[in-house]
Amino acid sequence: MPELNLTSAPAHIRHGSNIGQPLTRRDGVLKVTGQATYAADNHLPGMLFAVIAVSSIAHGRVVSLDVTAAKRHPGVVDVMTPDHKPQLAIDPEIKTNPFVFRMEALQSNEVRYANQPIAVVIAETLEAATEGAVLLAPRYESLPPLVGLDAGESFVPPVVGVGNPTENHLGDVEAGLASAEKQIDATYETPPQYHNAMEPHAIVVQWDGDRLSVDMPTQGLVLSLARIAELFGIAHDKIHIRSPFLGGGFGSKGLMGGPPVLGIMAAKLVGRPIKLVLRREQMYGPVGHRAPTRQRLRIGADGEGRLTALDHHARTVSSTFDDFYEPAADASHTLYAAPAIRTSHDAVRVNTGTPLFMRAPGEATGSIALESAIDEMAWACGMDPLAFRLKNYAEVEPISGKPFSSKALRACYEQGAARFGWAKRSLQARQMRDDAGLLVGWGMGTATFPALMFQAEARAAIRRDGTGVMEIGAHDMGQGAWTALAQIAADAVGLDIDRVTFKAGTSDLPDAGIAGGSAHTATAGAAIHSAGAAVIAKLADLATGDERSPLFGAGNAGVIARDGRLIRRDDESRGESYAEILARAGVAEVEARGTGAPNPAAMEEYAMHAHGAVFAEVKVDPELGQIRVSRMVGAFAAGRIVNPRMVQSQLFGGMIWGMSFALHEEAITDRRTGRIMNANLGEYHVPVNADVPPLDVITVDEHDPHVNALGIKGVGEIGITGSAGAVANAVWHATGVRVRRFPIRIEDLLTQS
Amino acid sequence: MKQFDYVRPATVAEAVAAAVQPGAAYLAAGTNLLDLMKGGVSRPDRLVDVTHLDGLDAIETLADGSLRIGALVSNADLAHDPVFARSYPAVAEALLSGASAQLRNAATVGGNLLQRTRCAYFYDTASRCNKREAGSGCDARDGENRGHAVLGWSDSCIATHPSDFCVPLVALDAVVEIEGKSGRREIALDELHCLPGNSPERESALEPGDIVVAVRLPPAARGFAAHARYLKVRDRTSYAFAVVSAAAALRIENGKVAEARIALGGVAAKPWRVRAAEDVLRGVAPTADAFQEAAWRALTDAKPSGDNAFKIELARRIVMRALTLAAAGTPARLPALPASPFAATSGAIHA
Ligand SMILES: Cc1cc2nc3c(=O)[nH]c(=O)nc-3n(C[C@H](O)[C@H](O)[C@H](O)COP(=O)(O)OP(=O)(O)OC[C@H]3O[C@@H](n4cnc5c(N)ncnc54)[C@H](O)[C@@H]3O)c2cc1C
Ligand code: SF4
Repeated sequence: MPELNLTSAPAHIRHGSNIGQPLTRRDGVLKVTGQATYAADNHLPGMLFAVIAVSSIAHGRVVSLDVTAAKRHPGVVDVMTPDHKPQLAIDPEIKTNPFVFRMEALQSNEVRYANQPIAVVIAETLEAATEGAVLLAPRYESLPPLVGLDAGESFVPPVVGVGNPTENHLGDVEAGLASAEKQIDATYETPPQYHNAMEPHAIVVQWDGDRLSVDMPTQGLVLSLARIAELFGIAHDKIHIRSPFLGGGFGSKGLMGGPPVLGIMAAKLVGRPIKLVLRREQMYGPVGHRAPTRQRLRIGADGEGRLTALDHHARTVSSTFDDFYEPAADASHTLYAAPAIRTSHDAVRVNTGTPLFMRAPGEATGSIALESAIDEMAWACGMDPLAFRLKNYAEVEPISGKPFSSKALRACYEQGAARFGWAKRSLQARQMRDDAGLLVGWGMGTATFPALMFQAEARAAIRRDGTGVMEIGAHDMGQGAWTALAQIAADAVGLDIDRVTFKAGTSDLPDAGIAGGSAHTATAGAAIHSAGAAVIAKLADLATGDERSPLFGAGNAGVIARDGRLIRRDDESRGESYAEILARAGVAEVEARGTGAPNPAAMEEYAMHAHGAVFAEVKVDPELGQIRVSRMVGAFAAGRIVNPRMVQSQLFGGMIWGMSFALHEEAITDRRTGRIMNANLGEYHVPVNADVPPLDVITVDEHDPHVNALGIKGVGEIGITGSAGAVANAVWHATGVRVRRFPIRIEDLLTQS
Repeated sequence: MKQFDYVRPATVAEAVAAAVQPGAAYLAAGTNLLDLMKGGVSRPDRLVDVTHLDGLDAIETLADGSLRIGALVSNADLAHDPVFARSYPAVAEALLSGASAQLRNAATVGGNLLQRTRCAYFYDTASRCNKREAGSGCDARDGENRGHAVLGWSDSCIATHPSDFCVPLVALDAVVEIEGKSGRREIALDELHCLPGNSPERESALEPGDIVVAVRLPPAARGFAAHARYLKVRDRTSYAFAVVSAAAALRIENGKVAEARIALGGVAAKPWRVRAAEDVLRGVAPTADAFQEAAWRALTDAKPSGDNAFKIELARRIVMRALTLAAAGTPARLPALPASPFAATSGAIHA
């Protein structure tokens, strides 16, 4: 267990509850002083360095590796290849559950994508291992690779995303389109994108007999642990994983991928601790990405701008050896009240690493297409894009007919539009200029993301000194779990945050589920909340059952926990401290466990989503076509806000990512070889500071009694949705050019001047 | 990483002696070279570190009014030198539009001149590249080549030279001082970089052992200070190479263009001076029509080398705009977003 000295700034001394306070990050000082230990910062005595050699072809077979040359290089200790490796307990090709993805653990000579691991060189130094990998000089038998959205035969996958139906129907779409006064039929394309977390995937691993100690960033401690256990045939309790900090994950560190498994194998092979860190370019293959899509939207509207039909079809890709299908069309299920909706998907297989969840998987890709199409439709109807969206506001979830558990989207539209000054927008495109003569455009998009819950468990304790402990194997990916979950923990046990020892980030703690689906705060928070309630109930039992206590006879329902004391609900002057209760009872501590889980009954009855409205202003040089976002306002309703500061950062990050989606991000794939030609942060563009304008985030009050006990919806991913479309729509409004292939590029806008 | 010798010569003569051997490379700040080494693109046997050589880090005005910039002056120090920025504003603007603040703090004048192309196939050792390995072929030719050359390319190589700094320098007739095994010589910057022809592996006029010791701007270069701009169109607001860029410098006398200088960046294997376009402007009033004519003339020889026809039209528009901006006069202060189309409206956000 790493020693973490979490602090909170004294400037935020609070009165009353912890939830809702804008605490600064409790791990902030550790991070800015370089004391936060990320996986690759660990250095063990006797440790060797492992470097992965990756395939330069996308399809074929490795026919030779010059292991002799690599081993001759000074410092190289061993070279792990398909012919020389420790045996795994099960074939990594076997999918033992739906959250297991196939990985490359040197099980064969086959090459299925470019940048696939084909060998591991182990050496005394990083430099020697790196050179050893070069000296392997692999030779291949190459086969033609499948590349792009038109590769091979298309097929309809059995499911998309995580078990979503491939197709959904409501009403008669063709009839709706036929009866429509206005119709649009537009096709949008989104490129492959890579997570590109700042922190590369890394593992530091040590075997001690059959015990395994691992430092590795993961968004799913227990899932990773289970995968390691089955791959290496060891019991769960023999494995200890530490993941106190992640330098971003975005979905790429959710499930166990091949590279860390190779690190564990290497350590077994040489019997020494190993450090294995991916190079940036090696992250473009074995650790997931967002698949490209081509989406066709056909929309009909009547004479008053009311939707008559919405047909959203998405083509995507998966790898040749596993299945993950970006559920892009599902974005059309929840937002707009069309009487007829059809969503469908098909796919082709290409020689790529298997695509995976990437921040707002499906929602992000689907949203930019849907929001663009809605904008096109509004224009076709001669309506303001906000008025059009309001006209088609969904009072119940369109695809299911279920009422929303809560939906403050109308307030988001109103507050966002007011802050932005949307009312002054010209209906027509290419009407606005700034003082410097640049074209100015305003666009908007609706944001939405499901409010999900997974399963989690937490353990709470109250100690004799009156302090509390909350334990949960939760994950801080930079989103602020160390802070926000500790706030929930403090309220759960009725203590100030500095009196609660909050433990997270290791696999020996109770399972917090996965930090994904924007559900971590809600899920882990619910577990913490219930563990806290349970431990307080035990404490209350001690007190109310003891005639020496001023709380004697108050009964469980009759006490409340506040500031380290239990007090009578009916008479707040009567109470006693936790320490007094435990001292009298003669116990060192009381402890209890609690769980967080989705509520199937509520899910059956309600549609649960967070919502938002994003407004963007762009400037475009009228002759040169260069684009810059100059202003963005996002108003979001996401249930209870645990920490407004963290939430604002999440929403800022999402909005910037949305802008990035519309204008920058793209993995450029060579159409002949399937190799990615810009696998570095110099050329794979994300926005830099100069691209990011003043951002304005409004969180709209929303009380949701159904999503979970705390009323929390997620905020991790929603910021991308809506934002990407808002920027794209603003580019149209600035220029009059509708670009349907993303990211929008300079040459797309050079047609006019 | 491949093992290599590292030598740190004390004098230029020692440096030349150390670098003349096959497999040697000069190391300046390493912002380009070390990346190339890590990727296995350059595999030198010996690095000759020039950063400790004396006397190469000065900016001096010579008796004849020319300015001499030592090869080790950092990109940032040069751009922020007040006299330099006032006298050669387009050069300062170009420098500050390049890379990032961190890179500019490290990168040297010599290294900037001799930085290698950013062609992705050159960087990708699994691809065929005539420049990296003579005679192996050019995978960019039918590949992802949106950013490649539209001028001066050949079938063996369509790469561009990525430097911003070089573009206004070549417009201002900069001269490069070189020390080699047979002593000191100087050549026009315009002669430093080679067009690919049939031997794209030969990138510059430097011979083995040749070290750039300084860059000189002739006295006449100051004459353009009142009307000189650099304009760089890129895929994001900062920290991106030029899609296309242009330097425009005018000497305006009595309402007429006495002399014009125009060069393009991101379009060819060298900074592309367009003398024919300059000639169009000599002696005429600085009007939109004249600029339009010059812009057309500047691109008459251009042809796409792939998916990049748009760069030709873009280059025309950039020349037109750069001339217009130059005619309007050099701004009193360098914009917060140097060389950006958004320079005029950038507010407080710096590149
Ligand atoms: C992410 C990124 C973005 C960038 N963006 C831009 C940009 O937008 N615009 C731009 O113009 N540049 C850009 N650059 C390139 C940058 O300007 C160069 O890397 C830098 O100028 C090189 O200088 P250096 O001192 O680091 O050279 P080094 O990397 O040390 O050397 C570069 C080359 O020059 C040779 N060399 C160095 N000094 C001498 C000398 N005195 N005599 C002879 N040969 C010598 C070396 O042998 C080597 O071949 C970018 C670089 C990076 C990494
Ligand atoms: S364009 Fe030039 S640098 Fe690029 S691959 Fe071809 S030969 Fe190499």
